[in-house]
Amino acid sequence: MKFVQNFFLPVIMIVAGLALFQSCNKAGTDEILIGEYASLTGSEATFGQSSHNGLVLAVEETNNSGGLLGKKIKLVTEDNQGKPSETQTVVQKLINRDKVVAVIGEVASSRSKAGAPICQTSKIPMITPASTNPEVTTIGDYIFRVCFIDPFQATVMSKFALNSMKVKRVALLIDQKNAYSTGLADNFKKVFTEMGGEIVEEQKYSNGDKDFKAQLTAIKAKNPEAVFIPGYYTDVNLISIQAREIGLTVPLFGSDGWESEKLTEGKAKDALEGSFFSTHVSSDDPSPQIQGYIKKYREKYGKEPDAMSFLAYDAGMILFDAIRKSGSTEGEKIKNQLAKTKDYQGVTGVITINDQRNAVKPAVVLEVKNGKFVYKETIAP
Amino acid sequence: MSEFIQQLINGLSLGSIYALIALGYTMVYGILKFINFAHGEVFMLGAFFGYFLARAFGIEAPSITMALVILLLSMAGTAVIGMIIEKLAYKPLRNSSKLTVLITAIGVSLFLQYTGQLVFGADPKSFPTIIENTSFNILGATIGTNQIVVLVSAVLLMYILRIIVFKTKMGIAIRAVSNNMTAASLMGININNVISFTFAIGSALAGAAGILYSINYPSIDPLMGLLPGLKAFIAAVLGGIGNFPGAVVGGVLIGLVETFTVGYLSPTYRDAIAFAILILILLVKPTGLFGKKDIEKV
Repeated sequence: MKFVQNFFLPVIMIVAGLALFQSCNKAGTDEILIGEYASLTGSEATFGQSSHNGLVLAVEETNNSGGLLGKKIKLVTEDNQGKPSETQTVVQKLINRDKVVAVIGEVASSRSKAGAPICQTSKIPMITPASTNPEVTTIGDYIFRVCFIDPFQATVMSKFALNSMKVKRVALLIDQKNAYSTGLADNFKKVFTEMGGEIVEEQKYSNGDKDFKAQLTAIKAKNPEAVFIPGYYTDVNLISIQAREIGLTVPLFGSDGWESEKLTEGKAKDALEGSFFSTHVSSDDPSPQIQGYIKKYREKYGKEPDAMSFLAYDAGMILFDAIRKSGSTEGEKIKNQLAKTKDYQGVTGVITINDQRNAVKPAVVLEVKNGKFVYKETIAP
Repeated sequence: MSEFIQQLINGLSLGSIYALIALGYTMVYGILKFINFAHGEVFMLGAFFGYFLARAFGIEAPSITMALVILLLSMAGTAVIGMIIEKLAYKPLRNSSKLTVLITAIGVSLFLQYTGQLVFGADPKSFPTIIENTSFNILGATIGTNQIVVLVSAVLLMYILRIIVFKTKMGIAIRAVSNNMTAASLMGININNVISFTFAIGSALAGAAGILYSINYPSIDPLMGLLPGLKAFIAAVLGGIGNFPGAVVGGVLIGLVETFTVGYLSPTYRDAIAFAILILILLVKPTGLFGKKDIEKV
């Protein structure tokens, strides 16, 4: 009897506890579970928060208009704290414990690359709203994206630098541990020099660094006409402030990783005045889809949406559309339907998924003016 | 040439912040002979005190007076935190083995990091502008007001510390306790007060360093104390742990080496170089540049 008490009781309690834990996440029979992993905290927290807001909007709208296949959608959201290692854990959890039928995530390419292989081997379709590194969708046929890819973004910024900014001598500042940044920089170097530009200096930093003065001083010594920084907004914020402090006054330009309300926080508001970056969508666009979305977003969250929320909304809507059309929640059927997506009218434009499972869309260039992002021009593929 | 001078200025302002943190490590080591690994977190708390104070004051027009008030209040705040940490975590272990205290220090460090994430949130916050930044030209290099403020305050604080340690009664007591705790207590020195005071001073310096660091690099988060804390620890060892001028020289050296490595070699080695120096100094001259050899009397 003592043995039962000392050994069996705890074991039974643990097993019972686990069973209880399992069951509380099980889907009801009238629900379809969709998983989401996002950086709700960490150094790029606004990426995750914005995309989460966009996705929630898509889910609510679909549920209010009758749901999917006669069922309601239930979103299971996991925070990966902006870490690739944490990403693997939470994607495993979404698929194995929550049994989601599809996954939406992430904005940052390095984190999407951490989550995608797990979705691929589990045969669960994954759509990334905003990861632009080409390698994300080459991981497998279950991985899709609703945005353009970096070779195109590099072309856009090369054209823009040469034709609109009229600069030829450009320095690069690259986040060396970040697949998005290094990939974009490589593409930019290739395209920009082919078009007749010159890269005068190349410096590197690591995401999370606080001191960039040494790199910026080295860049300043080469007298570039502009500096291309394919990085994330938290770092760019600090970089711009320190660039001005050491007297590097040339324009800075970058890519969609800049898109966040926190980019121009503090002293960066002045430091980034007149800088440019390429992104997916502009709030100045008068199209009814975009203005309608902005209105809905404002009503629900009381603030302005950024590109990540637009894209996450589209990612969600395309996924729901595919589930509806395939009439199934089986991974393989959803995947086949997603691959057939053609001329889908999303808020960010007309989306067609090509045979590399990427969306082909134009890019817009925005200018930072008084801490706000103002539409500059559109560059088509 | 102007690039070299610019890098020199960059390195000096980073190094003087390391020096301030390193002084705290050295003071505590001098008295208790253990490394207070939670020191980097006190530095982080200093930055957060500054952040919340600046927001509470609602800074619209940044001014030197305002910056000074924020600096002093944050230093007072971290001094209290330092004393509380010592009372709660280290004092009960005063007669335990060194290893026990060391492990406790790591525990306190982790506790503060993750409590910080819980209370302040894990995402980086933009530190408010508390000093208006204007740039000056020196020999083709640009030096900003905030770099000048950092350098001047660091030198000033070190000077004040020197006066406290060498000219006041408490300073004599600190040196006496550091020399021989038992003998000092036999001479009627209240050991607990001296240790509390040492923690207060060291933590106030770390708090000041936190503010100065955030003025220069205005993005703060609960894990920000980790690397500067380690670098300052290396600086203290480099200078000879327990030695005041050593900590200052070590801090400035580490700041310069780091900046020049990034500027002229590769940013990949930014953190590696500091640790390479640590390994080198432990192999070649374990007592540090200014350290005296401890003769164990039997």
